[in-house]
Formats: sequence, C-alpha cells, structure tokens
Amino acid sequence: MSSLIGLDHVSRTFRQGNRIVKAVDNVSLNINEGEIVCLVGESGCGKTTTGKMIAGLLRPTGGEVLFEGQDIWAMGRDFKRYRQAVQIIHQDPYASLNPVHQVSRILIAPLLRHGLVANQEAAQARLRELLGIVDMTPPEDFVDKYPHQLSGGQRQRVSVARALTVHPRFIVADEAVSMVDVSIRVSLLNMLTRLKDELGVTFLFITHDLALAKYFAWQGRIAVMYLGRLIEVSPTPRLVTDPLHPYSKALLSAVPEADPQITRTKQRVQLRSLDVPSLLNLPPGCNFHPRCPLFAEGLCDKVVPELVDMGAGRYVACHVVAR
Amino acid sequence: MSSFFPPENPKPAPQAADTTLMVQNLSVDYLGRRGLVRAVRGVSFDLAHGETLSLIGESGSGKTTLGLTLIRLLPRAARIREGRIVYRRDGDEFDVLALKPEELRHFRWKECAMVFQSALNALNPVLRVSEQFDDTARAHGTAHMQETRQRALELLKLVQLDPERVLRSYPHELSGGMRQRVLFAMSLLLDPQLIILDEPTTALDILTQRAIIDILRQLRQEMAFSLLFISHDLSLAAELADRVATMYAGAIVEVGDVYETFYRPQHPYTMGLIKAVPTVTGDMQALASISGSPPDLVNLPTGCKFHPRCPYATERCRQEEPTLVAVAPGHLAACWRSEVSSSTFQVAS
Repeated sequence: MSSLIGLDHVSRTFRQGNRIVKAVDNVSLNINEGEIVCLVGESGCGKTTTGKMIAGLLRPTGGEVLFEGQDIWAMGRDFKRYRQAVQIIHQDPYASLNPVHQVSRILIAPLLRHGLVANQEAAQARLRELLGIVDMTPPEDFVDKYPHQLSGGQRQRVSVARALTVHPRFIVADEAVSMVDVSIRVSLLNMLTRLKDELGVTFLFITHDLALAKYFAWQGRIAVMYLGRLIEVSPTPRLVTDPLHPYSKALLSAVPEADPQITRTKQRVQLRSLDVPSLLNLPPGCNFHPRCPLFAEGLCDKVVPELVDMGAGRYVACHVVAR
Repeated sequence: MSSFFPPENPKPAPQAADTTLMVQNLSVDYLGRRGLVRAVRGVSFDLAHGETLSLIGESGSGKTTLGLTLIRLLPRAARIREGRIVYRRDGDEFDVLALKPEELRHFRWKECAMVFQSALNALNPVLRVSEQFDDTARAHGTAHMQETRQRALELLKLVQLDPERVLRSYPHELSGGMRQRVLFAMSLLLDPQLIILDEPTTALDILTQRAIIDILRQLRQEMAFSLLFISHDLSLAAELADRVATMYAGAIVEVGDVYETFYRPQHPYTMGLIKAVPTVTGDMQALASISGSPPDLVNLPTGCKFHPRCPYATERCRQEEPTLVAVAPGHLAACWRSEVSSSTFQVAS
C-alpha cells in the first residue's frame, strides 16, 4: 500500500425524519503521498461529506477510510495520531475562527494542547514562524489582532497556519478560497501549492469551481462527483481537455469563461433535463440517466455503472463510454 | 486587431437619442459608526436602449449601492450627496432622483425592475407564485387579472418553467434556479425598459447557471430592454455584456466594449482582475494576484485609490486622482498612464 489515504467503498447516509438520504454512495479513491487531488461537483453531490469523512470528522455508514492502509475507525489509540496527521480548512473563515481569541491564542492553543512546544517562549517562536509560512509578515502586525480586524484573505491564512501547527501530512481544503475576493484568491492558492512543495503536504482540494481545480491540481488529479457517486477520475490536464463522462463534459461546456471569445463560441452539451433529481428520490441505475444525452434504455436506468479503468490513469463510471 | 472582434456585430457607441439611462456624477455615502463611508464616488455612465452593461468589481467596490441608487432603494443610512439619474422613454425624460413617491412607485417595476442576489428572500414565502404575480400587477394598477394570468403563463414558459405547476407552488417548493427564473419572469411582467440584475447566478450550480445565462440571452434577443448586470464574476461579464465597467473604491475606473476591455484592458486594476481568473479551456496559464487588499472606504488613500496596490504607481498617482479619459473610441480609463498614451491616440485619430 503506497497510498496515504484510501477510501474503500465508503458510503454515508443521513436520516431525515423517517427517510434516508444517501449523501455518499460507494466511493473508492486512493490518494498518494505528496499528491494533489481535487474533488469537484455541484452542491449536494457529497463532496463536503466525503471531505469530512477523510478528515475523520464523520464516520462512514459503510466501507472504510484507510490511513496508510489502516482503518481509521479501528485505530484505537492511534486515532489521535491520525487526527494530527490530517487537518481540514473550512470554507468560511468568518465562522471557523473564534471571534474572541487573538491570532496568537488561536495558533498557540493547539501547540500547547498537543505538547508540540516545550514552553511559552518556544510557542512564541513557532507562532512567528507559522505566520511567516503563510506570508503574514511582519508577524508583530498580526499576533494581537482579533479575527474581525483581518480581511477575509488574512483570516483564511490564519486558518491555514492553524492547520499547520500540528505538522499535518494531509490537508483537506473545503472550498477554502471561494469566499475570498477574486484579486487575492490566486495568492492563497499559490501559498497552498508552496506548502505542498516545501513541506510535502498532500492535498484534497474540494471545490465547485472547475477553473480553480484546474489551476490548483494541474500536476494532480480531478475526481468528479454527482449525487453521491464518483463518476470520473483523471489526471487534471486530461480531464479538462478531454473529459470522458457525459456529466463532466456537460459541466466543462457549461462553465462561463473570463474570455469573451472563448465563452461565446464554446460547444455546449445539451442535457435532456434541467432538473437535478432529489437525493431522497434518486433514479434507478445511473444517477445521471434522466439528464444524460447518451442515455441507453434498459441499461442506464437499470444497472449502476462502476468506475472502469480506461488506461492512462483515467477512470469513468458510464456504461456507454466504457463500452 | 480586428480579429478580436465578435462575429456578432459590435454595438456602436450610444447616441443621445437612444439612451435609456444617463447617470451623471453620482455620489452616495453611508453614515457608518466609524464615519462617512464613501460607497459611490462621482459615477457617470450611459446605458443605450437594448444594451447590456456589466458592472464588475470586488465586494465593497460600490456596485450594489449603485444599483440600489438607480431605483432609489437605498437604506436609511445612505445619503445621495450629488448627481443626476436621467431616465428616458419614448422621448420623455426625467430625473429619477427628483421623483415624488407616487411617481417613484410607477417607475419601479414598470420602467425599471431589479432582481437581487438572493431569490430565496425576494419572494414572499407564504404566498403562491400566482398570487405574487397578481400582487405585482395590482400594485401597479393593472386591473385585468385574466390578462395578468395570461402574461404570467407566457413569461414562465419563456424562462423554461412549467407555468401551471409553478404558479400553484409556494417558493419553498421550488429549487434555487427555479425561484431565480420566477423572479426574471416577474420582473418582465410590466414590460420594463430597464432591468438591473445583481449577482443573479451567484448561489446557483454550474448547470443551472448555464440555463439562466442562456435564458437571459434569449430574452434579450426577443424583448427590447436594457440590462445592467452587476457581478463580481468576470466570466459572466465576458459572456453577456456589450460593454463592461470596472468599479474600484466606489468609482468607475474603466469602461469599454467587452472585447476591448478583456483583450486590451487599460486600467491596472482591470488588468489585475483578468490576470487573476483562470479559464477552464486551454493550457495552464500563469496567474497573478493583485497585491494588498481592497481599500478602507472610510479612510480612502490619497490620489488614485488604487495606487497602494498598483505596480505602476508614481508620485503623481499618490497625489492626484485621475479621471476617465478616452484611450480608444468608446473606451475610457481613469489612469495617469492612459492619460499619457491617450494623447498619442488623439493625435493619431
């Protein structure tokens, strides 16, 4: 087992009244050490639930989450070690930082809690170092600030610094830049890329924005989810230029682009229906079949497609494409 | 140079006669706890009949305040310091800021409709969609319920909804994209000449957003209204706009034809925004952020408001604020660098 994180047929259901919602359905995915994987999909596709299960914040209702080949929910004492190795950065930096704590306290608390520093002096030194890593320099300008005194981008940098306090090997970034202004988004992404290069951190980057996924995971892979299932996994350059699954094709063709010539002449995929099925009442067979332009009657509406190896690291869950 | 131009014919610069809206030197302040917030500063622009103008800029740039001022829906804490908003229809013209309450009620919705960011909050949760259509019509003196009904059915079909079902529904029974489309239909109910859309697709999924964009394009072709499209999303401007106006710190810093703006941006802020946004199509591009953070509107920098973040800033930029000058036909930028190059343009033309 060379993969750092593994999802082995992972499912997660939620109860809503007396009905059952399948948020994540039978997802398998391996993430190697040092790799960047982007999980993309529209709202309600299960990408955040998947991220939370990987971070150990939610327990799967089926299947196993593996850390270096070991089921994290059967780790016993080692679970604490796993918790430190895997950190999550949430979407909303306004909600994820304690508003009544100063930056110094936010960053020093985990250092002391996990016994990562010997004393206050060492904690102060590490605090400065962390702020330096996330480009908040000089640190003196920021240590005494409360979250409300920082801009959205700065707050998100503090969230990243907090995640780094415990020397994680793996970071789940859930829509980590989508609430930050466009003009400073790229600098945050570049900082995360640098962490990967310099600290060897492995990333799962969750986003609904395909252009951001392409930019951040160009060296890595993109995994596309639709209504709880993984429908395509490919190296990023292949996925954005030559997507296999009709849903990936539809998504890529639908994205408006910040270039008038490109965006007005793009080929669009026509779907058979605009309506997204409810998670409470999913269609039989392939989830996408009521909207899919390649729909094959008697097959797609009967049998759930599995991810099929198409060679060159590409996997697709579609009866028609894999035929 | 001409290869950049669209297959669709580019619109000529607006003539005074077919101008729907003329905004002149408009300034709006908010009274905040920390002091006067200068949300809109000396904004002037024209909107031609049937034209789509997209206002782009980051949060806090004054886009939404500007939109709200145009239909005078500003909150109490706001004050219009100066300016004129001249609206024209069929040869008549009047200043929106001088309208009496009754005239203003007529102006809103009948002449100018606005669709807001959050469709969830814009509809009354305890009324069926049909009742909301009726209410709108009644409030604006359309007595014929049968006619309203007929019009509502047509419009809902136009935005690709199942009219009968939607009219019977309560807002919570509709998805976000459906609610947004209901609002579009409702905004068109009284045949307004001007529609203001404020981030209409921000909370929607990609495929839903695509459907809405396509519907908007189709509506624009079939009905003659002017559109002011407010968005922080450059790609929507690239897709829908005839002209683009960039706002920064409450002022328009650049305005021009959409192709001009994207392929030959003149203001460093517009350039920065374009360089900061990746595209899905094509190879990996080098992207760059704009350094620094958006300005504090209570305590604006001296001179050009962008100078603390601008890679080209000079001593003059720190002292004096530039005004919009022509850098190409129909293309204006407020930057001292353009001022220098525009003199050569004027000589050349």
